[in-house]
Order: sequence, then structure tokens, then C-alpha cells
Amino acid sequence: MALQFEVVGRFNRARASKLTLPHYVVQTPMFMPVGTQGTIKGLTNRQLEDIGCQIILGNTYHLALRPGAELIDELGGLHKFMNWKRGLLTDSGGFQMVSLLHLADITEEGVTFQSPVDGKPMLLTPEESIQIQNKIGADIIMALDDVVRTTITGPRIEEAMYRTLRWMDRCIAAHKRPDAQNLFGIVQGGLDPVLRDICVRGLVERNLPGYAIGGLAGGEDKDSFWRVVAQCTAALPEDKPRYVMGVGYPLDIVVCSALGADMYDCVYPTRTARFGTALVPEGVLKLKHNAMASDERPIDSTCSCMVCKNYTRAYIHSLVTRDAMGSQLLSYHNLSYMMRLSKDLHMSIVEGRFPEYVRGFLRTQFPKGDVPQWVCNAMEVAGIDISSCCAPVPV
Amino acid sequence: MHVQAAKTVSHILHNCRQSENSYPRSYPPKTLLPFLTPPKTPTLSFRLASAPIKTREPNTNKTKSKVSIQVRLMRFVVTKPSAGAGAAGKARLGALYLGGGGAAPPIETPALVVPTRRGLPSFISRDLLDRLPYPDSLLLHLCPIHFIECPSTRTIKNIGGVHEMVGLQDHFFIASPGDSVESLPEHGGTNKIGAAFETPSGRRLINPKDYMDIISSTRPNLWASLADEVPAWVTEKRNRLSIDRTLKWLDDCLSLDQEKGASTLGAVVGGPNIEHRKKCATEVSMRNVSGFYLGGFGLGESIEERSALLNAVTNILPEEKIRFVSRLGLPEEVLQGVAAGIDLFDSTYIYHLTLGGFALVFPLDILGEAPEALLRNSSNDYTKINLHATIYRKDTSPIVDKCSCYTCQNHTRAYLNHLLNVHEMLAQILLEIHNTHHYLGFFRSIRRALKQEKFELFRERFMESRRVHLMEAVPYS
Repeated sequence: MALQFEVVGRFNRARASKLTLPHYVVQTPMFMPVGTQGTIKGLTNRQLEDIGCQIILGNTYHLALRPGAELIDELGGLHKFMNWKRGLLTDSGGFQMVSLLHLADITEEGVTFQSPVDGKPMLLTPEESIQIQNKIGADIIMALDDVVRTTITGPRIEEAMYRTLRWMDRCIAAHKRPDAQNLFGIVQGGLDPVLRDICVRGLVERNLPGYAIGGLAGGEDKDSFWRVVAQCTAALPEDKPRYVMGVGYPLDIVVCSALGADMYDCVYPTRTARFGTALVPEGVLKLKHNAMASDERPIDSTCSCMVCKNYTRAYIHSLVTRDAMGSQLLSYHNLSYMMRLSKDLHMSIVEGRFPEYVRGFLRTQFPKGDVPQWVCNAMEVAGIDISSCCAPVPV
Repeated sequence: MHVQAAKTVSHILHNCRQSENSYPRSYPPKTLLPFLTPPKTPTLSFRLASAPIKTREPNTNKTKSKVSIQVRLMRFVVTKPSAGAGAAGKARLGALYLGGGGAAPPIETPALVVPTRRGLPSFISRDLLDRLPYPDSLLLHLCPIHFIECPSTRTIKNIGGVHEMVGLQDHFFIASPGDSVESLPEHGGTNKIGAAFETPSGRRLINPKDYMDIISSTRPNLWASLADEVPAWVTEKRNRLSIDRTLKWLDDCLSLDQEKGASTLGAVVGGPNIEHRKKCATEVSMRNVSGFYLGGFGLGESIEERSALLNAVTNILPEEKIRFVSRLGLPEEVLQGVAAGIDLFDSTYIYHLTLGGFALVFPLDILGEAPEALLRNSSNDYTKINLHATIYRKDTSPIVDKCSCYTCQNHTRAYLNHLLNVHEMLAQILLEIHNTHHYLGFFRSIRRALKQEKFELFRERFMESRRVHLMEAVPYS
């Protein structure tokens, strides 16, 4: 195990922690931006540090293709290659392969697919995934899991869950650098609580440094989503970090944090920036909209990032979808927003004002009091009273 | 009249460097500086030249400050007049001061005006701009045509002008119609009403009044009048028409100018015809302008005929006023312009290099290096390298050894090669930073050579090294 996890604050299920990794000490709850190909699109390392990013993700699938795992290894690992001094996390490559490639097929051996380079049949096994991730050298690496979309039903889900456990063992056996890299297991099982429970217990038995909740954020209804997160966080060990994969909407992050999750990743903030949408406390702001052309306010008057301190909506409007600078500035702001959200979650738990923070957040996002039912349900389980945020039900 | 004592400016600079907040964010009270005429001896510009490349403290959380209109005026001073004789007889050194009590250091000329899109460089955001050579990188180009659609002039005015709008209150903006990348003058569409430009949203016609609306709302520090710039192959009749129009539009712009020409660069056109150029230059010199914009270059004339045209114009223009030319981007063209007495260059060389994945690598200490060292090259091209090439896949060296730009201090050729191969935006950001840094360094070398009175030698050595590489590239039996 190459990490230390110390809980420094609590409110019911929610917790704030200090997570010490080989390259950096991070504070959770924490959002991790996705730097797919060894870079966050349009931002330099210095800017990411200014914004407060702690861990960024690299995608094993993309990096193994270009520039290649061997090359990264030869040049000293991904940290050195990118010159990124803080934390890195790589996923297993399985998800991309299944979601990006046609004719990808999952067998007991691994994921077979057609190479996008030359069309040859290729196979990614758990052993190979871990080998590639060992070469890349990230602080946290993910086991290869059998990912199934939550919208699918039937025996496939059960098959995938058991296979995930079997592959977990193969990943553990193949992992050559447990002293420098933390191998997280991923809980699968679709939306079935029985399957999820079996998977959690199986992974906990293997005593891993940390656990991820996978297979969500793929189109399932929100009410099912939070229930799976709640069940898993309740069953996973208290003294290890919990990572909900693919979660990026600020509201989802607040709810999951209230239920006891610590880490999140998503392409949403940076991707939506490139389409001209800014994240603000009230929700989103579409800078492309004509109304923005004469709006002289900053994107978010409560935000102290470089973009909000210097630019008006009108100017950003003139840039978005026309100039690369528009994408850059919006990505900068959106990531600043996510880092501020992470920091606020952490500090409000540490300072004993987490429920007030949650209420404030919900009131700003739902000024009319129309908080979605699933949020109300989740907050009840989390033990946070948000009745003051919800409008009275009309009779 | 806002003028500034060189001695007092250096005093302010000295204090700025010492104090904790090393660079004042808002202009200090005007009582701070007495107003004196600048000295005849250019002591300040020499001192700045010998200082190592200085960069500012990062400026990430700046609060906005509205600056009143008076401080925008710039004053140009020739600090080392042209020698008058020899092939480089007209080259001269100068300094641009931002008047009105600000503590901004002067910009030395000949200088590069960094191209922008809507006021910001294509890829370098304001917090990265801080790390470029200072004060050279304060000089930015502004193309009014970029603002034809949005934001509206009223919005720009409300925000407080381009400096406020793009968050670069300490920078200097020099405006000329058109840029060389995507707002190109379209002489076929230009008519008596206005000048036509090809823009990404189609052809646009702009008349002097609309042009001045944009100028008065953006409030650049210096601006060129609207011109009818024609390429070198038009008929004589069309050429004469372009002069008449340009002069008329100059007068129109001046009549609409609140500052009565104090920030105006009169546009001089005339195409490839020396007599026309002379006539236009004479006419424009008679107007009440602060400097001159030499238009219509880089639109098809050959590099050989250009010298004669440039010199024909600069021979007539008053010595003490600044000269700005667009579209002379390549190093050879810059040297040609410097030799003819040009002070400011707006070049999109960097932009095209960056988009192509090229990085500038030519040595900047051209006078210091032995000639043989210059001719030795480690790659195919002595000037630049194409980081797409597979030879850089595992190259862990920076683009240029000992380059102090952000890119070379933090990243390797291998990483840039990877970014280019996967089409990541960060590649262009890092390349634009390095190329801008390097090209500003080139201009510093030019100024150093001028100070040492070795400009001719500098130019010769530079051209020689380029020719050798070209000869090497062409096989012959």
C-alpha cells in the first residue's frame, strides 16, 4: 500500500480526509479533471496548479496507443513525461475499449477488440492492463473490470460482477509496484443490490488500498444511482478512500459526498467548456446565447478565478466557438469552479458546517425550491435536513 | 502633452523591482512624477538593453481598475537616429513611452507587435503572457475588424475599452485594419463607401465612421487610419484610386477623432509604384498625425522591389515620427524593414509556425557566434524544427537549450511531439509561447546590433546562414 488515508472531519456519513499519495497530499472530497492524452485540454501545468488541481487522470487506452507505454516508461513515467508534479490516476483502459470501439468483445481472458491503428485483433488482459499502468507510473491505478451499462438487465450483469472479482485477483498478481502505486478495485453489479453486496464483500476481502464504485453515470435514473452509491459507501471500509467513477455534475458530487464518497472524475466540466457552457452556482450559463453578447458581468460574481476577475460574459461570448482562447478560458473557469466546490465540501465538513453548506448549495441551484425528489431521498438517508430548501407541496 | 523623464521612469522601475508588489497594478497618482522633456541622450534605453531578459511577477488575481483616457497617449522618441549612409542607413533606434504618469517602462524599437485575435494572442492567455520577455511583450496588435460583429461598440465602451475588456491594462495596443491571418484586405470589394475585408463570417465592408466607432470604443494606444490596400498587380488607375481613397479616409478618420491625431498613424499606400508612394507619403506627412502606417506591403510585391518602395516612403516621412508596417513577417523581411527605417512590425510568422508544429531554434547571438558555428546545423533547417517529426519522439531536451521561456523551462521536445500527434490544444499554446519568446529575442538582437553599430554585419551574417541552408537543401550535380 502506497497511501495513507486520514479522516479529518465528519458529518454523519460524509467525511473530509487527508490522503497522502507518493507524489502529493490531497484533500477530499475531491474532483479530478480528466487529462485523457497526457494533458488537460487547453491548460498548462502552471494553470492547473493555480486552479488547485490535486490529481488528474490519464487514460491508459489512449496513452498506450500514443505515445505508447514503452516510451513513457523509457522516459521515466508519465509524471516526468508531462512534468506534472502532483497526483496522477490511470484507469484500466477497459471502459474506453468497450465504449469507443466497435466489435469489442469480452471473454474470460480479457477484452478483445480491433486495433484502431491497423484493424488487427488485439486482446487486453488484466495482466496487460496492469503492466501498462505500471509503466505509466501513476499514484493510483485501476483494476480491469468487466463494465456493463446499468441500462442492461439480465444475467450479463451477474456474469460481469463475478468476472470482475476474478480479474481483480489477476490484477493483484500482475501488479509489480505495490509500494509505489495503489491498485484500486472497482465495485460492479449493475443496479442489483444483491450483486453489489457480493462484489463489495469480495473486494474488501482482498484488502485493497482503495475502492471505486463503477458502472454508474451511464444513463440510469438518478433514484437508482444514489441508492447504489449509498449501499456501497455503507459497506466499504471506513478507513479507505472511495471513488465514484464518472461523476461530474456538481449536484451529484454534493449528494455522493453527503453519502460518504471521497473522489470523483468526469470529462463534463472541460467538455462543456469547449461547447461554450460555464458552471456557476446557479447551474450552467450558456455563453453562446445571444443575451450574453451585451452582458457586462463576470461569468460568476462569487468566483475569484483569473477569468472571472478579468473578463465579462460579453467578451467570452465573442470568443466561444470562434477562438481557441474561448475554450481555454472557459475550461479554466469550469475547473476553478470544480476545485472550489471540492475545497468548500472539504472545509465545510472540517469546520462542522456541512449541512448549512448543502442547504446553501441547493437553495442557489433551486431558488424556486424545486429540489428533485431523488436528492430529497438521498439527503434523508444522509441525515441532512433540507426541508427549508424545498418548496411546500401544493395542495 | 504628456511626456516623461527617462531618469524618473528608471527611478520608478527601480522601486518597482524592489517592492513586494513589484509592479503597480493601477496607475500611481499623477503627482508622483514631474513632467520634463525627455533627455537627448538615450541613457535609459541602453541600460534596459543590457539587462537580462526580465519577466514580471505572475498576475493571476488582478482586480479591475478603470483608467481615465489621458493615460493612454503614447510618445515616441528616436533614441539613436539613422546613420544616413550605407545600406542600412535608415535603421534607427527608438522608444515608446506611455504618457500620463504611468510607471510603465518604455518599449524599445524596432519592435515586434504581437498579433492578437480580439485583443488576446491566439493561444497565450493573460496569465501566461506574464512570463514573456518584459517589457517587449507588452506591445500587442489590435485588429478592429475582429470587433465588427461582437462585442458591440457600446458594450466595449461600457466595459472601458480593449485594455479593460481583455484584462491587459498594462499593455500597449497598436491598431491597424486587417490582420494577416483571417481579416485580409479584399481590394476587389472595396469601394468609395469603405474598405472590404475577407473574414471568417464572410466579406465585410467598413466605412470610416464605423471604423472610428470601433477605435473610439476600444481605445488602442495607437491606431492606423482606414486604408485601401491593394496588391502589387493592380492597374495604375486602381492604384491611384487607392491613394485618393486612403487620403480621404484619413481625413475622415481625423475629423472623427477626439484626440485630433495624437494617437493616429496615417496610412501611406501606393502599391508598387514609387512615384505614387512618394506622392502619398508627402500628402500624409502634411496631416496632423503622430506616426505612419505603411500599408499595402506583403500583398504580392517581390522582396527585391520592396526595399525601393519602403525607402521611397521613409525618405519622405519625418524622422521623429514612428513607422509601422504590417505583413513583413519573416526574419529577412524584418531586417529589410529595419534597414529602411521601420520601427514596428506586425508579423504572423509566429502564428503560422505554431499551427504547423514548428518551433524557432536559430541562435540569437548572431554577432557573438563564429560564422562556422552558425552554419553548423543539427537538423534539416537551421531556423526551425518541425516537432511532428518522429526523430523527436524520445528527445528529452527542451526546444532550445537555455531558452528561458515557460515551454523550454518545463517541457521536452518529446512531450510536444506527442501533443502534436494527438492534436491537443496544449501543443499550440506551448509553441506560441516559445516562438513568441524567441522572436522577441530576435528583435532584441537587432536592437543590440544597432546599438553596437553592427547592424549591417548582423544582417549579412544572418542572411548568409539562411542562404547556406537553402543551398544545402538543393542537390546539384
